[in-house]
Amino acid sequence: MYTLDAKRLLCPMPVIRTQDKIKELNNGDQLTVVCTDPGALNDIPAWCRINGHKVIDSQQNDDEVIIIIEVNSGS
Amino acid sequence: MSKQRKAVSLISGGLDSMLATRAIMEQGIHVEGINFFTGFCVEGHTHAIRKKDKAKPKRNNALWVAEQLGIKLHIVDVIEPYKDVLLNPKHGYGANMNPCLDCKCFMVGKALEWIKENDFDFIITGEVVGQRPKSQRAETMPVIQEESGAGDLLVRPLCAKKLPPTLPEREGWLDREKLFEFSGRTRKPQMALAEEYNFTDYATPAGGCCFLTDEVYSRKLVDMWQARSDRDYELDDIMLLKVGRHIRPRPHFKLIVGREEGENKFLEGYRKIFTHLRSTSHTGPLVLIDGKLGDDDLELAAQITARFGGGKTAEQVDIEATFTDGNTKALTVSPISPAKMDPTWYI
Ligand code: SF4
Repeated sequence: MYTLDAKRLLCPMPVIRTQDKIKELNNGDQLTVVCTDPGALNDIPAWCRINGHKVIDSQQNDDEVIIIIEVNSGS
Repeated sequence: MSKQRKAVSLISGGLDSMLATRAIMEQGIHVEGINFFTGFCVEGHTHAIRKKDKAKPKRNNALWVAEQLGIKLHIVDVIEPYKDVLLNPKHGYGANMNPCLDCKCFMVGKALEWIKENDFDFIITGEVVGQRPKSQRAETMPVIQEESGAGDLLVRPLCAKKLPPTLPEREGWLDREKLFEFSGRTRKPQMALAEEYNFTDYATPAGGCCFLTDEVYSRKLVDMWQARSDRDYELDDIMLLKVGRHIRPRPHFKLIVGREEGENKFLEGYRKIFTHLRSTSHTGPLVLIDGKLGDDDLELAAQITARFGGGKTAEQVDIEATFTDGNTKALTVSPISPAKMDPTWYI
């Protein structure tokens, strides 16, 4: 389980950080991304759909958006 | 079987690059998208900051386009290398601080590096000859090819038939006859093609793909450079220019005044790096101070802060200033009168 802190970054920076982090990970790894820009709630899942990764969970608590991704590097 | 050819398409999020990409996909080419983030791009985040825009979808148009097309999208952070493009554009600026021609050369050059690293064959853009007065003219088309280094690996499907055949056309990877000959400022052929491809709900950015085409934004940028006597910038600097009212009552400092709750919240993220003011007796915005304040300046900044809060007509308003070292100072001031708010202070 890996975590990426993308708090205070505005879209598309959280997406770019997620993309770059996933490049270092292996198939099946899980990555939790924590952001404060609510735009990430749309953008990160959209980026995952396009690139074949699976969003396991996404939630918005108070001021934070938390997205859990399962890496699919086989696509 | 002949080799599967691969192209990377510069996706801005607008209609033209979407059409150009689709036209090449129709010819059996494997296409992936690339999008460059310069820090100035017009994207969903400004909507995310301002609460009143909440009704609008907060989508990232480049991602949305890629999803509609069913292609991968690579977003590349070019904030650092882009500084040189903006600060020293060989071909100068457009109507505002937009260095479009240099920007295009730069982006196509970056795409060229990308195709070499990723073993792709050529590059696509949605450019149309004559569409933009400065950067998309017949004369600039070869300039971009040459200065980016892409040469005839650069295909502009929407106006290909108006230009000399590129390598993918000569090699027969692409059928030139199926490409287009759009030109000029009319959007009709694009609309018709969008309809043919069944594209609806696409984004239509007015000025261009970035804030540098915006007059007010450009003014704030130039003001920041002048005040600092230095044109270098960080991502936070250029983000802050997108948020709040910017008021410069004295050459050595300006106030960034949140316009509503979403902006105040965003500005709160900067409280540790900027001296900031807020009313303690009334409702009101969070105000960041960019620059150095003398003693008289603090009083003036407090009066302006009071002017934008719930106490604007009150006799006295309490303001708390918090400095970057964490120390605070309480002030009681009268809000500055509208007559004393010099209009030239607004950047
Ligand atoms: S509008 Fe901005 S991003 Fe688009 S070409 Fe011009 S400078 Fe580059």
